[in-house]
Amino acid sequence: MSDNSIRFRPVSRRRVLAAGAAGGAVLAAAGTVPRVLRAQPAAIKVGLLHPVTGAISYSGQQARAGALMAIEDINAAGGIASMGGAMLEPVLGDAQSQPEVGAAEVERMNEEGVAAIIGAYASSISLATTQAAARYDLPHIVDVGVSDQIVSRGLANVFRFGPGFGKIADTAITNLVTINEAAGSPARTVMIVHEDSLFGSGLADLLNARLPEHGFEVLDTISHPTPTRDFNNVVLQLKARQPDLIIPANYYNEYVLLARTMLQQRVQPKAVYSVLGGAASSFRFLEEFPGAAQYIMDCNHWYDPSNPKSAELRQRAEGEGLYFTYEFFLDYCCVGLLADALERAGSAERPAIIEALAASTWDGHIMPYGPTEFVDGQNQGARPVNTQILGDDIEVIFPTEVASAEPVFPMPERG
Amino acid sequence: MLQLSILAPAVLNGLMTGAVYALIALGLTLIYGVLHIINFAHGALLMLSLFGVYFLNRLAGIDPYVALVIVVPAMFALGYALQRGIIARTSHGKDENVLLVTLGIALIIENLALFFWRSDTRTIDVPYAFDVVDVGFTFLSVPRLVAFGAAFVVAGLLWLLMSRTDLGRAIRAVAKERQGARVVGIDVEHIFAMSFGIGTACVAAAACLLLPTFYVTPQVGNAFVLIAFTVVVLGGMGSFTGALVGGLLIGLVESLGGLFLGETLGQIGIFLVFIAVLLFRPTGLFGDRT
Repeated sequence: MSDNSIRFRPVSRRRVLAAGAAGGAVLAAAGTVPRVLRAQPAAIKVGLLHPVTGAISYSGQQARAGALMAIEDINAAGGIASMGGAMLEPVLGDAQSQPEVGAAEVERMNEEGVAAIIGAYASSISLATTQAAARYDLPHIVDVGVSDQIVSRGLANVFRFGPGFGKIADTAITNLVTINEAAGSPARTVMIVHEDSLFGSGLADLLNARLPEHGFEVLDTISHPTPTRDFNNVVLQLKARQPDLIIPANYYNEYVLLARTMLQQRVQPKAVYSVLGGAASSFRFLEEFPGAAQYIMDCNHWYDPSNPKSAELRQRAEGEGLYFTYEFFLDYCCVGLLADALERAGSAERPAIIEALAASTWDGHIMPYGPTEFVDGQNQGARPVNTQILGDDIEVIFPTEVASAEPVFPMPERG
Repeated sequence: MLQLSILAPAVLNGLMTGAVYALIALGLTLIYGVLHIINFAHGALLMLSLFGVYFLNRLAGIDPYVALVIVVPAMFALGYALQRGIIARTSHGKDENVLLVTLGIALIIENLALFFWRSDTRTIDVPYAFDVVDVGFTFLSVPRLVAFGAAFVVAGLLWLLMSRTDLGRAIRAVAKERQGARVVGIDVEHIFAMSFGIGTACVAAAACLLLPTFYVTPQVGNAFVLIAFTVVVLGGMGSFTGALVGGLLIGLVESLGGLFLGETLGQIGIFLVFIAVLLFRPTGLFGDRT
């Protein structure tokens, strides 16, 4: 608490720059001067809360890596200028892939006096962490958590940068209709395979309600727990019913296993059209199992490929041995969003940050969203993108203004 | 819905999974049959074996099937030492003490694993993990077929050991009449520890066969130990045939349950069977009617 109540006198931009330059020169000259100087403003603690262990640890670790890289970048560029160059200090949390652990971590982060929390990747975890943070008016930026329940409870401290699954399902269905009609409408029947927590079940309900409105028949909806390590029964059902389209919605490990089992059992639909498929637009999946990944389509979070900053960031992530996945770049952007709010708030006090986030018009990100605009905590411009794995790359096929390839549909026979 | 094209492969999948359950249950039933103790550490020992196979593969590049020759003797030794060094000493010959001691061991092993290896879900990647055999109406997974065959081989070896060797005779003697066995010169403590060691070795073999298609987390043992207990109760406490048949049956129930009730609800069938057996045939399918 006390950390956050320190107030800073407004400082002019010129003075900050001058001070920064002078400070930099002194540091460079002295070489061994410790980083924490007496004159330096207190660091701003930022809670990074992700499921870095447990069933969805891969995604959590990717998200954490993205956020950490962004904090490094902001600090290297001089921290928060309006607060005298205050540095961001990450406070790491692990939700262990369980909502209740996530909520407990919020309590701990609050005790440690974080200014804001970024996280918590999964819908079920984010639902719990945002609720816990609301008790302390603690600003919480939701990085992924697609369930629309997260932003529909009237919590003023919650801001979601990415799209929710209502928006994603709409976009996915609109684009699916377009793709199908362009090919002479060969696809009519659908089967949905989804994980059984808030994210997968909620999305499956949405798809079940909306697909029939567009002339698709949902033959069956199969749910499975996370983790699941055997998809033979699921794939047997897919094989027996022979749907034109298979729509998976699950997390990374299960997605990979499902895709590999489908290839193993020679399931041959007209398309695997994932909606938020955990691995369907992942460079790691493509690299490790190119055969199972080929031609898979996905409607998911994706960067704007026409933004030069995207390619630069991807190169840096890969330079550090990381895959450039949506968890990584969404969390990278969320830190930028918070830094922009801190810059405008000029204070690490929670109400000031919440107010600044609510008024945010930030466009320094790499997503195809436009400037941020929050209504009831949801970023209005946020939208998903359709991708397809073609050859050794993941191409954007929709929306057309950022597309890098034409969709291949129906998919050719896979060996 | 009920199509043969799904049902037949689902039955085969269930039997293949069931063979691994049988293997785990064989170890449990051996320990029960001789020591008359319900070994709650069984799942933790399975988890430990799975981590052994995992690290041998990840750090030394050893194939999980090759790892059999390392993990099985190592776990046998650990099992022997556990019984001789801890369980026998702390139980003071009372069965209810043994129960608590094995539970304590399980808790310690699991929490140490959680501390050192975190709760990540880990898998290994072997080139044959997704190889299949075309049997006409379906494709059967090669590693699961291997596990199926190996479970029968292990069960056969165990039967030979019990019926044709001096060690087997001694184990049976100790199981039947502890004092009598001691009177005729059998080292009862040694036989106890050997039984525990062999039971643990069965779990180690199951781990080597499981990992190519399964995963390991510090909590992975819990799911299996529940199933193994169900199998042992279903087959009859201490019965090898019972463990084998019970394992296959439970695998079948799980697979068909998953098919008809969905993956999330599928496991409920196992526990329904468990309750039904306890209600109507408490001695199990092949158990002694005592």
